[in-house]
Amino acid sequence: MRSDEQPVSAFGTQAAVPNRPGAGLKAEHVADILQSHPDIGFFEVHAENYMGSGGRPHQQLTAIRDIYPLSLHGVGLSIGGENPLNKDHLARLAELNKRYEPGLFSEHLAWSTHETTYYNDLLPVPYDQATLIRVCDHIDEVQDVMGRQMLLENPSTYIAYAQSTFSELDFLIEITRRTGCGLLLDVNNVYVSCTNQEQSPAAYLDEFPMQYVGEIHLGGHAPDMDEAGRPLLIDAHDRAVDDAVWALYKDVIGMHGALPTLIEWDNDVPAWPVLLREADAAQEILRRAENADLKAVS
Amino acid sequence: MAQVFALPRLSAADFGDALINPELGTPEGAVGPDGLPDVKRFNVYRNNVIVSLCEALGETYPTIKALLGDEYFAALARAFVAEHQPSNPVLIWYGEEFPSFLGAFPPLKAYPYLEDVARLEWAWLQSYHAKDCEVFDPAALATIPPTDLGGVRFQRHPAATIVASEWPIWDLVKVNRFKDGEQSQIDLSVAQPVLIVRPEFDVDVRVLEPSHATFGGAVFSGATLGEAAETALEIDSGFTLADCLSNFLSNGALAGLQTKEPA
Repeated sequence: MRSDEQPVSAFGTQAAVPNRPGAGLKAEHVADILQSHPDIGFFEVHAENYMGSGGRPHQQLTAIRDIYPLSLHGVGLSIGGENPLNKDHLARLAELNKRYEPGLFSEHLAWSTHETTYYNDLLPVPYDQATLIRVCDHIDEVQDVMGRQMLLENPSTYIAYAQSTFSELDFLIEITRRTGCGLLLDVNNVYVSCTNQEQSPAAYLDEFPMQYVGEIHLGGHAPDMDEAGRPLLIDAHDRAVDDAVWALYKDVIGMHGALPTLIEWDNDVPAWPVLLREADAAQEILRRAENADLKAVS
Repeated sequence: MAQVFALPRLSAADFGDALINPELGTPEGAVGPDGLPDVKRFNVYRNNVIVSLCEALGETYPTIKALLGDEYFAALARAFVAEHQPSNPVLIWYGEEFPSFLGAFPPLKAYPYLEDVARLEWAWLQSYHAKDCEVFDPAALATIPPTDLGGVRFQRHPAATIVASEWPIWDLVKVNRFKDGEQSQIDLSVAQPVLIVRPEFDVDVRVLEPSHATFGGAVFSGATLGEAAETALEIDSGFTLADCLSNFLSNGALAGLQTKEPA
């Protein structure tokens, strides 16, 4: 390529995801969105929903991508798995990355496939040396094949591994240090995991390496109890963001400034205006943090 | 330090086995904040796995779900999931064995049409996600001398499929999935082999005459028009190639002419 030839984007809008709220894209909302062009920063899709060869899903995503920046979020790569990564699956991710030019790409600190079985859940990994080495190898491979940095999402957990020798934070920090990947901070996952592990979410967030964070997730959780009667929160993505999670988010943004912020609502999906209102609530927090910054400067 | 070496190391294999087989109990090494196993905590994962896979099946097979009712379908889906877990993280490819599982499920022996209905739904989903492709423009046939037409082979459009059946599978899907028509008007003695097509983005289902289904099946597997017409004539002496071909062409079932013989 000659130096005066710029790579041409197939889309009518920029790739970069702004420091604004976005929403998880649901097929049932697409017509509404394309008709009303809501003022929202970006959309995020689960990569696996767009791994068919063609048809309506790709036609819709192309139309959305023409108007909004996109964040590509994988849920099935099994980065924490004991087996090598599924090369075909990684190739499909790379293909989507090329086709839709997403501003962000993220996956999870979790496993979902072992041998020939895909469990369709984000299962927890032990925080030990052997897992650290494997996860880092897998992230190196992902970033090589996709030719870009990925963001790794902190998990929601219901159990811990007795064999773990790292704290979750130390484990995440060590991964970013070794691989150069960024982090996706899911504040709801922090609240869910810390409650389930009897730790302080605020203390966890105080220690979180915010310099690596490229995106924030917010979602709803369902309350339950374990056998011993202790609170057990389920990362269900089936309702509005909890007040306690909003409060933690406000603190994070107040301390560290604005970041792309996704509202996740994957089950019992509401009408589009309800989801947009959640995004607007995040926008309000981002705006206030920005105003406070401006005042501090002047 | 002896205690350190005594820590149970929980492998993905044991974790995964315990997910699918609740009778194995909570695996050692998966613990709550007190360091002790807690079955309700581990059951969150079990539930996520089983329920999400059952839901995926329900989304692929909504007619079967409507015909059997939510409760029966949930139990049936659990039985299927216990035997068949996905091997691929792309769930639009999960559940291909569900139709034959239904066909072989003894309590449903009295409803032999369920298997074919499920085949239609599987084919519908694959058509919905198939590769985009222009349909064949019949004008191109004008360049072929009529005497050579019998030797022509077509390429199937990637979204086109035939589901053969002795049952009224389209009526069953139309009423129960698309809420179009009345259950009481379905005549179980009517055979409805169907052609599924997706010329652009919307899947269409067309009921075929049995001889047209036979013809299409042959064309899709690489037979020449002449060979396909012969098999169709065997089951219906009134079969005419021109009518049948024009039916397939106008429905967008064909993508182009095959330039060489299939291997």
